Amino acid sequence: MFDKKYKQIVILSGKGGTGKTTVATALSEIAEDKIIIDADVDAANMHLVFDYYINSEYDYYGGKKAEINSDRCSQCGICESVCRFDAIKDFKVNRTSCEGCGFCFRICPDSAISFYESKSGVYSECELEDQSKFYFAQLLAGEGNSGKLVSEIKKKANGQAKGKVNWIIVDGPPGIGCPVNASLSGADFVVIVTEPTQSGLHDLKRLINLLKIFKIPSSVIVNKFDINIEMSKSIEEYLKPEGISVLAKIPFDKQFIKAIQNSKSIIEYDHTYGKRFKIIWDDIQKIILN
Amino acid sequence: MVISIASGKGGTGKTTVACGLASVINESVYIDCDVEEPNGHLLLKPGILKEEPSYKLIPKINYESCDFCNKCAEVCEFNALLNLKSEIYLIDELCHSCGACTYFCPQKAITEANKENGKIRIGETSNNILFYDAYLKVGEASAAPLIKKVKNAYKGNKTVIIDSPPGTSCSMLESVKDSDFCVLVTESTPFGFNDLKLAINVLRQIKIPYGIVINKYDENYYLLDEYIQKNKLNLLLKIPFRMDIAESYSKGELLTETIKDYRIMMLELLEKIKTEIVEKEYV
Repeated sequence: MFDKKYKQIVILSGKGGTGKTTVATALSEIAEDKIIIDADVDAANMHLVFDYYINSEYDYYGGKKAEINSDRCSQCGICESVCRFDAIKDFKVNRTSCEGCGFCFRICPDSAISFYESKSGVYSECELEDQSKFYFAQLLAGEGNSGKLVSEIKKKANGQAKGKVNWIIVDGPPGIGCPVNASLSGADFVVIVTEPTQSGLHDLKRLINLLKIFKIPSSVIVNKFDINIEMSKSIEEYLKPEGISVLAKIPFDKQFIKAIQNSKSIIEYDHTYGKRFKIIWDDIQKIILN
Repeated sequence: MVISIASGKGGTGKTTVACGLASVINESVYIDCDVEEPNGHLLLKPGILKEEPSYKLIPKINYESCDFCNKCAEVCEFNALLNLKSEIYLIDELCHSCGACTYFCPQKAITEANKENGKIRIGETSNNILFYDAYLKVGEASAAPLIKKVKNAYKGNKTVIIDSPPGTSCSMLESVKDSDFCVLVTESTPFGFNDLKLAINVLRQIKIPYGIVINKYDENYYLLDEYIQKNKLNLLLKIPFRMDIAESYSKGELLTETIKDYRIMMLELLEKIKTEIVEKEYV
């Protein structure tokens, strides 16, 4: 990745529901020459706001699954005894519990177990009105390996990015686990969206510890800051010694809810926010390009 | 009786509802399965009685017996083992602890060792709620093994409330499976509605009865109500959007203690869930 010219920005929060997608869609609409990725593959939402058409759809194979062929099975029970995921009961494999490790398939004395690639989701390469590429995915219900799916989408996007775009903007998933780790690979900068609640601050700290491991610089947007001014101050106090700047404080405003309800981004719905997010975007560019 | 609280979308109010329910049940057990971002303790404020590390098993190579035959790397479906001919390199984030490498090593050169992947805490609140939560170690990728552990930490017959992480993938599935009933918390937005449908899909697949709570309810967004009516879904409760609720939550207060009608709402919700579970058992 040494020849890459574009910068990759990931929007994260730790806690769910702080406003990641609101911020990510606003920044995406302002940025020029970009690719947009919705990396929340469990529960993608960006496509509910954008006008897009789908260029191509891809099946995602997250791993293998085992299946017992009852005609060949002599019911010895060895497979059940070695499976550590409690996925085998009464000589049947429970698809959702099977992690695809293949232990049962390899150990079966009757060769009664088939082990096959299984489809665990789909993802789409789309185009927005300004011809930017936009990717989003849908993991099938209860499937694992969401991190691998994020990586696959990012690989596709990177292939498209070379020499054509300046930015890759990634709307990240909540939490700090596998899909978040995958969304961070190759990231140049993280925009953290937090809220002034006990939970918001608690989860922000966990996320910042993760970013230290990855050594990725970040900056924070405090969303709904006036719900609890005291708490917003506590967040700023916490960030100072961490050397993390506050990009913006956004008030609680029903316009945000109305924008989503009308399937529009906030900057399309309310032009005063268009100006505000333009300033935020300029500040992000300044930080990154310095 | 095990009641799980889930939602596809993050931030809809799972933890407030889960803690609210736990606080109106006599001698309940609250288990926070959101091991990436546990927040229940902020509202329930339990006294922590015990904190213990949690481990996952990873292979350990005994180089006195290893002849670099490559069998372990071959049987590892997750590419967690790399044979460098002078070393077997383990990428432990990729290891699922399945045990295949240990079993199939012809030289018996592999044993399994513990690697810390987080911690589990056990506590109790002043109003007798037994409390369990877990913290996934920062940087550790897979949450499901730790979720399984914290769920199994309580063994008893009290009513258990399981607070699930957001989403619809393996972490959520691990949290809600084996529950008698699942409460899906959503909100009056297209995001909440979209993710609710995803979560319903998971529950239908694993055949767990469920009902819906609309939090931050806004009557102007009628699509969600329409969908619930049309599909005859079980709407358990609407919690209005109110500033006093948002403020109290932001301070980390337990809403059933600070907001009178919130307590009444939780009691109503509990009655409805009980009826559902009883009907299921005696039909």
